[in-house]
Amino acid sequence: MTDGARRPLLEVRNISVAFGAVQALSDVSLDVARGEIVAIIGPNGAGKTTLLNVISGFYHPYQGHILFDGKDRTDLRPYEVASLGVARTFQNVALFKGMSVLDNIMTGRLLKMRGSFLLDALWWGPAMKQEMEHREFVERIIDFLEIQAIRKTPAGRLPYGLQKRVELARALAAEPTLLLLDEPMAGMNVEEKEDMCRFILDGHGEFGTTIALIEHDMSVVMDISDRVVALDYGRKIAEGTPDAVRTDPAVIDAYLGVAHA
Amino acid sequence: MSQLYAFTLGPFADMVSSPVFLVEVIVGGIAAGLMYSLVALGFVLIFKASGVFNFAQGVMVLFAALTLVGLIERGLPVVLALVLTMGVMVALAFAIERIMLRPLVNQEYIILFMATIGLNFFLEGFGEMVWGANVKKLDVGIPDTSFMVAGVQVNKLEMTAAVTAAVLVTVLAVFFQKTRIGRALRAVADDHEAALSIGIPLKTIWVVVWAVAGLVAIAAGIMWGAKSGVQFSLSLIALKALPVLILGGFTSVPGAIVGGLLIGVGEKVGEVYWGPLVGGAIENWFAYVLALSFLLFRPQGLFGEKIIERV
Repeated sequence: MTDGARRPLLEVRNISVAFGAVQALSDVSLDVARGEIVAIIGPNGAGKTTLLNVISGFYHPYQGHILFDGKDRTDLRPYEVASLGVARTFQNVALFKGMSVLDNIMTGRLLKMRGSFLLDALWWGPAMKQEMEHREFVERIIDFLEIQAIRKTPAGRLPYGLQKRVELARALAAEPTLLLLDEPMAGMNVEEKEDMCRFILDGHGEFGTTIALIEHDMSVVMDISDRVVALDYGRKIAEGTPDAVRTDPAVIDAYLGVAHA
Repeated sequence: MSQLYAFTLGPFADMVSSPVFLVEVIVGGIAAGLMYSLVALGFVLIFKASGVFNFAQGVMVLFAALTLVGLIERGLPVVLALVLTMGVMVALAFAIERIMLRPLVNQEYIILFMATIGLNFFLEGFGEMVWGANVKKLDVGIPDTSFMVAGVQVNKLEMTAAVTAAVLVTVLAVFFQKTRIGRALRAVADDHEAALSIGIPLKTIWVVVWAVAGLVAIAAGIMWGAKSGVQFSLSLIALKALPVLILGGFTSVPGAIVGGLLIGVGEKVGEVYWGPLVGGAIENWFAYVLALSFLLFRPQGLFGEKIIERV
């Protein structure tokens, strides 16, 4: 096996982020191997979303490096990170509220569309054909995520759970190498959570996408993740298999708590 | 009683009694309305694609006209001057993106709006400094004469402007709805952060949009400048474009045409038939009163996007 194949897809090395006097992340390191599903857990304010923002280029750390596929990517802007094959969802749902669900998911395909913008505007034929191909792919995703009924609804009118699903669809539409999910199950009941787990696992199985997700529901974390990383007050306090982290005393102290008889 | 009749039914009787004249008035109104639409189009483009209301659009029209006339006066042939003016507007778009928009990414839209107010004053002063404050005559080779079409007198210049506006609007409407860059532009207007996260390069998009708005400003500047000379009050056309935007919807390209037509025709018809009854000057306030009533009953305009908020 060559060194490249064994190299982790994402390497986070000693990342530190501060907002004024608030130390959001201190010296956080983790590796995500190709095809893995890693869950990031921790209490609110631990720095989980900040970590995702650093990986996707929205924040830049004052210390540390992010290596994507072996190359240093720390200082890239978000749209440059996206063009590397990273797609993400947001905690507060960043859909295009005025556009329909279909249009939202089509925007996820933007990076996959070939050709110059200007030619696309002028030439009807080849642009139409390309548009049809992308539309087919998006329709498959819509079928896969079972959101056919709301294809034409403006995204701003959907209930929160469905918005989260549409955001996942948009992220999947980009055929990402690395998928970052920020609390994808927030605001869902048990049935919806099961559905979302199924979608995430199926997407992972079909496309081989590497996934890093932030999640509060421990049963979900146990079910779908290969490895778990726990953060607290901006530091990594545990890392390992789900079972190992769940029984780690530091994690129990900071986050999970003990059942009282 | 007879006054009531004179006010409500009288004008309609007048219209019916000389239909040819009515058609002429309507045609004149259509042409004027389309010229308003040309200016409104620049607003819609920028608003639709970046969520910014460009207070400086009127001045951009003026600046484009000034540059074109200034270059022609310096002895350049018209076509070369036009190409150079296009280059200037594109360069202006680059400069605006670099100096004004880039530092304000993700700020509140009101802050961006204030920045465009500053841009307005800057361009006005800069234009005056470079090209002088005199009224200039703009001659693009289209005579301001009339010709007869099916017994109706039609102004050549106004017709050219009307056709230009119609063509521009059609092209731009199709562009926004059907092409992928149109979709990207709508996405940028909706949510900057989300657009960044799916790989849209904001800087490039903004330069493109402001450049296109600049080119539209050239078209508007040529038409208005040829009609009434290139002078600094040209920037006040932007004020007339506001009712057009309110009627048509701030984000709708076809709305800019429909709004312009409604206002143009309404103004002219109102002025000609009701003007004498109320002492004239209906043209001055008709557009604004119509816009006010729209704001009361249908604030998003005829074609604009309804504000959808799920609380």
